Amino acid sequence: MAREISQKKTPEDFLRECQAEEAADTKGRLKIFLGYASGVGKSFRMLDEARRRRERGQDVVVGAIQPKVPPEVEKLLQKLEVIPLKAFGQDSAIDVEALVRRHPAVCVIDGLAYENPPGARNPTRWRDVDELLKTGITVISSINIQYVAELRNQVEAITGKHVTQTVPIAFITSADEIEIVDAPAEQPIERLPEQQVDAAKREQQLSKLRELTLVLAADVVDHQLSTYLECHGIKQHFGAQERILVCITARANVQEMIETARTIAERFHGELMVAYVNQPQISAADQAALEEKLAIARAAGARIQILEGENPVDALLDYARSRGVTQIFIGHSQRTGLWSRILGNPVDQLIRRSQGMDVRVFPQ
Amino acid sequence: MAEQQRGKLKIFMGYAAGVGKTFKMLEEAQHFKAQGVDVVIGYFEPHNRKDTIAKAEGLEIIPRRKIEYRATVFEEMDTDAILARRPQICVVDEYPHTNVPGLGRAKRWEDVELLLDAGIDVLTTMNIQHLESLNDQVWQITGIRVRETIPDWLVQQADEVVMVDLTPRALLNRLERGVIYGLEKAERAMQNFFRESTLVALRELALRETAHEVEHRHVNCQDDSVSAEGIRRYAGKHHKILVLVTADPESAMLIRRAKRVGDFLDAECFAVAVQPTGDLAGLPAADREAVERHLNFARNLHLETRILEGEDVARSLVDFARRNQITQIFLTRPGGRGWFRMFGRDLVHRIVGLAKDMQVVIVSERKPAPH
Repeated sequence: MAREISQKKTPEDFLRECQAEEAADTKGRLKIFLGYASGVGKSFRMLDEARRRRERGQDVVVGAIQPKVPPEVEKLLQKLEVIPLKAFGQDSAIDVEALVRRHPAVCVIDGLAYENPPGARNPTRWRDVDELLKTGITVISSINIQYVAELRNQVEAITGKHVTQTVPIAFITSADEIEIVDAPAEQPIERLPEQQVDAAKREQQLSKLRELTLVLAADVVDHQLSTYLECHGIKQHFGAQERILVCITARANVQEMIETARTIAERFHGELMVAYVNQPQISAADQAALEEKLAIARAAGARIQILEGENPVDALLDYARSRGVTQIFIGHSQRTGLWSRILGNPVDQLIRRSQGMDVRVFPQ
Repeated sequence: MAEQQRGKLKIFMGYAAGVGKTFKMLEEAQHFKAQGVDVVIGYFEPHNRKDTIAKAEGLEIIPRRKIEYRATVFEEMDTDAILARRPQICVVDEYPHTNVPGLGRAKRWEDVELLLDAGIDVLTTMNIQHLESLNDQVWQITGIRVRETIPDWLVQQADEVVMVDLTPRALLNRLERGVIYGLEKAERAMQNFFRESTLVALRELALRETAHEVEHRHVNCQDDSVSAEGIRRYAGKHHKILVLVTADPESAMLIRRAKRVGDFLDAECFAVAVQPTGDLAGLPAADREAVERHLNFARNLHLETRILEGEDVARSLVDFARRNQITQIFLTRPGGRGWFRMFGRDLVHRIVGLAKDMQVVIVSERKPAPH
């Protein structure tokens, strides 16, 4: 799920992000309320935050809000300054020029995924927002999980509905703050009378969307955590997410290891990685076997890493530590290979030195 | 009369004090009241927070029960009074709370169980750090050992778990403005629990846990139907987990971890100790007490426990595993403390060698980062 961002970053990525964080002083901050369906209360949360900021003396305006809002949202809206949308033919878009001229400290803009009509300044609303941010205006916005571009297929599989207007996940991850508006997919306590199959199916769908939303938010938060730790020069990786590293060799019984790893990664909404330590002299047969095993790993959606190093255990542990791995999977064989004679049994070594990680030994 | 239908439980899950759990819970209570549902507050902790107190306005509050303990008067939820009042919904703050001795029930969740058994729906609150199976991870993240914990099965049996989210930055803002604790206490809190990195990590834990709870519910409620997801989930290998319990203090950590993995894999979990006599009589008093405590802890987390008879720990364990179709054995990592250090390495080695048809998981303690 949302694998693009659940994976750990390279040091260069971090450097760029740290620099971006420093540059952020002149840029407005982006805060996104993320929901799993319409009607969970995102508009209310956005405007309630706007109200609180105004009460604290910040200059807040509303740049866009849904055309139809519930009465409690309407009440909040009446107390705020609204910059009207600009008409383009039958349709309308936010008035970027007017907002930049007015230059408030904070601007509320609903419906990030909205597609602008022809003639508007930018093709999509999220690009309008990006522009406002660059002028130093802080934006409070909201989006439903359905409209995240990279999750479109997953959402479509759940709802059966095709969505055309989307926002790239990178824009959402770039938000300074993301807050999830979670409410249960049903109101179990109200004990509604037995409803039709359709309603039950709808609840199922909502529940799945809710799960997807929570995981996306967790992935974004995980990314923020890594960035924060890296930027502050903190090496320690917290185990807030399960990260599984499967260590394979040409002779390993990979099927069971990958199968188990994939199941655990899925259930924990974690990350699956596979590592292989290059060996100097490998026979053609072993090379072919290895390729086959790597193909299995790739098919399971694992991120694959080929490692170099004199001592394979060092190489594996260094890599595991740098990636915040919580579980290492390794095959155990009774045979004594070349490694074992020189270095002692690598499984033994790995167990002894894997402080802070679980080691799962598989029969071979 | 028809059998009493058990009440429904809804948990408002947060990741720190001040994210708005109680507020959200009271908001929902008000919503129900407005619909004509009979709602009472069984217990709520205002913490002197203006907004929260305002949200409770108009809701009936069942007076707390006063209990004297060691010459101090404590106030606890008056469960008997709530049962006598018999509302449709009862609001009970701070699910993981430990009662003052003398109530007959050690934990608030036991009070909640009584209410649910009586057919009363309960709205309650908790923070992720109080979930038993995350105790070691939370220690690793925060450096704090949380003592008041909620066994995972209680959260799993809740009808609904909702995440109450607030960004750490907004939370820190509230803390700085003295909304949550008052200013002096806030300063102290920010040096401990309320560091930004700690909050971010706890928030991630809470989001993932809630996602898991949501998934658990929609997967389970389609057991009967033939869905692709259902098939995928149950066609896989059925897992059974065995945990070796010893006097080693790391046994508690091992049980937590094994049970957590077991819960996520829908696996049954057994915890066993191995003794030559098949009971604990032969052990020195301190060890016996420790093993008993660990087995008891395992039972409280709903693991099945046994004491196996055998001279050879590795062989007895693996024999038991094979007889019971165990697929995974969980052990602590050698090099820990106590007697286990002496032959721990050898033991792990032998179990791995004997359990040729099983997976063996060697669990390492999660130590907190130096802050």
